[in-house]
Amino acid sequence: MSAPILEVRDLHTQFFTDDGVVQAVNGVSFDLHEGESLGIVGESGCGKSMTALSIMGLVPEPGRVTAGQIRFRGEDLLRMRAEDVREMRGRDLAMIFQDPLSSLNPVLKNGFQIEEAILAHRDLPRRQAMERAIGLLRKVRVQAPEARARDYPFQLSGGMRQRTMIAMGLANDPAMLIADEPTTALDVTVQAQILELLRDLNRELNTAIIMITHNLGVVAGLCSRVIVMYAGQIVEEGSVDEIFERPQHPYTWSLLRSVPRIDALRHERLRSIEGLPPDLMSPPRGCRFHPRCPFRVDRCFSEEPPLEAFGEGRRAACWVTMETAYAEMGAADLVDVRPGAGSGVHGVTEKRVG
Amino acid sequence: MAELAPTPTLQSATSAPLVRAEDVVKHFPARLGASVKAVDGVSFEIRRGECLGLVGESGCGKSTLGRLVTQLLPLTSGRIWFKDVDLSRLRGEKLRRQRREFQMIFQDPYASLDPRMTVGDIIAEPLDNFRVARGRVRNDRVQELLHTVGLNPNFNNRYPHEFSGGQRQRIGIARALSVQPSLIVCDEPISALDVSIQGQIINLLQDLQRQFELTYLFIAHDLAVVRHISDRVMVMYLGKIVEVADGAQIYTDPRHPYTAALLSAIPVPDPKVERRRRLVHLEGEVPSPMSPPIGCRFHTRCPIARVPGVCSEVEPPLEEKTPGHWSACHFSDEVGSVAPWARSAPSA
Repeated sequence: MSAPILEVRDLHTQFFTDDGVVQAVNGVSFDLHEGESLGIVGESGCGKSMTALSIMGLVPEPGRVTAGQIRFRGEDLLRMRAEDVREMRGRDLAMIFQDPLSSLNPVLKNGFQIEEAILAHRDLPRRQAMERAIGLLRKVRVQAPEARARDYPFQLSGGMRQRTMIAMGLANDPAMLIADEPTTALDVTVQAQILELLRDLNRELNTAIIMITHNLGVVAGLCSRVIVMYAGQIVEEGSVDEIFERPQHPYTWSLLRSVPRIDALRHERLRSIEGLPPDLMSPPRGCRFHPRCPFRVDRCFSEEPPLEAFGEGRRAACWVTMETAYAEMGAADLVDVRPGAGSGVHGVTEKRVG
Repeated sequence: MAELAPTPTLQSATSAPLVRAEDVVKHFPARLGASVKAVDGVSFEIRRGECLGLVGESGCGKSTLGRLVTQLLPLTSGRIWFKDVDLSRLRGEKLRRQRREFQMIFQDPYASLDPRMTVGDIIAEPLDNFRVARGRVRNDRVQELLHTVGLNPNFNNRYPHEFSGGQRQRIGIARALSVQPSLIVCDEPISALDVSIQGQIINLLQDLQRQFELTYLFIAHDLAVVRHISDRVMVMYLGKIVEVADGAQIYTDPRHPYTAALLSAIPVPDPKVERRRRLVHLEGEVPSPMSPPIGCRFHTRCPIARVPGVCSEVEPPLEEKTPGHWSACHFSDEVGSVAPWARSAPSA
């Protein structure tokens, strides 16, 4: 495999609020290789978006990266001068967001906004920049790109706006593109088209993609490698096939069994994850997932499991792992089909209240 | 004309339907005398004890239809029968008294609970409105409801902000249950919740349906969720019902090209299935509901439409193609099986 273009090491991002310090990202380390598509999955508040914003140098107040390294092609972005980082942002690293309407300026034409992204980083005559902007719109499969370039954002559909954002992200042929829930606000038929576009761009342009999403289906379709985050930490990493076929962390395992699948049997009982994600102002001692884990052992209450490597590109942070859970703890029989099970009515621990 | 048309029903069902909608129309006035044809002539039935899934993309009219069934919006024309009462002819106090029978669960558990009311008062509001219970009885009922939905019965004096999204949705469910309705319209009840919480709420809704013999109209954009919970599924496009069938049939053998396209687009959390995906591409965008296309409303985007031809000239009626499977397509036999998982065994 080629050398990584991005190396994140022991990243800590914290929010200093009036009520206390929120540990949004807590010791995250991973690599991104050239042309790769990496998925980061997790629920809201798990730190996936904050990891992305930390890489881009866009962590909002009162948050701050407090420790770690973010090396892009060997250079630590956290040690670079602000203006050098700004120079790289939009040229080498680009990001697209969930809501394209609030990311686009409503009073400027679409073409002009893409042109702006081009001219921020290169010295081109206006006419050439506009030609390039139209070419980018064509590349992201916008019909009649000349006309759409003359439109304002409100005149476009949600899907077209997201395509415009992607065109803007690609304006300077970046080495990597971070997509933060880019299809969450879109209808499924439009989502499928945007994902197909990202997949093709990843292959054709060799742009590395970090896909941040809560949707496991999106990851399965787009990414070759997956990182699962929980409560500000990476709990598991592996190739997409490994993660979906042989998840080792009980959180990954539970998550895969808690979502309704279009190809599942009807009325099949979902394995719900009891309780709630922890409060990141005071995360639980030991493993952060232990209060919700069906396979916890004594050690999980007091000692934090390290993110350990095992096998090809695999890492998991668990004292037990699913292999043991299957072999010794009867995980295969754990899908409880009794009425009432998994609906939170029996045995639910109310952590937020009470 | 549509009043004479047969309505989609379950073949095996014997009892009278709980809800019968006949040629229901809802137009919202727009500028310059135009109107948004949100729901434009739909007829269907909801059987007692079933969960009818209603799916479609944003703007198809599914939420409007849910609000018409619960009479939160007046009909422009058509009729909605609840048991043997014609709701569309009721006004004022008579309509209000009927409302006890049909309750609603909303999408946003933050916006649908009054932040200045205690949880107990929120849940008891329907009890107060219909003078069902007072004093001790009222209190006992609230605590019982909290327990039923999996919350601590002693939380009745707390306020909504003290609860998480999933817990708030449970409060909304308890409120809907309080007056023992026979029908609950669930309008995207889980789409605002986190992934790990969605499963809890779906399981809860299924348990409650069994426990209280409830009938659900379950509105969602997510076909996977709808498949999971529904007995039958109804698909809407641009104000019209395009397909109705038993849950299993619609997924394995869709008879409308729009349903096929929707199914082909759903991400499946399985990389092997994803690699086999064949996406049915839809041309262009959803037309404006102010001026829907003539003929079949889907013909401007349909991969199998005859244009110019019957599809752009004649509006296809919703017809029973095979027992219990209704489709509004001139060429429903050609839709075939496009679902990427159709030939794969369901996995555990």
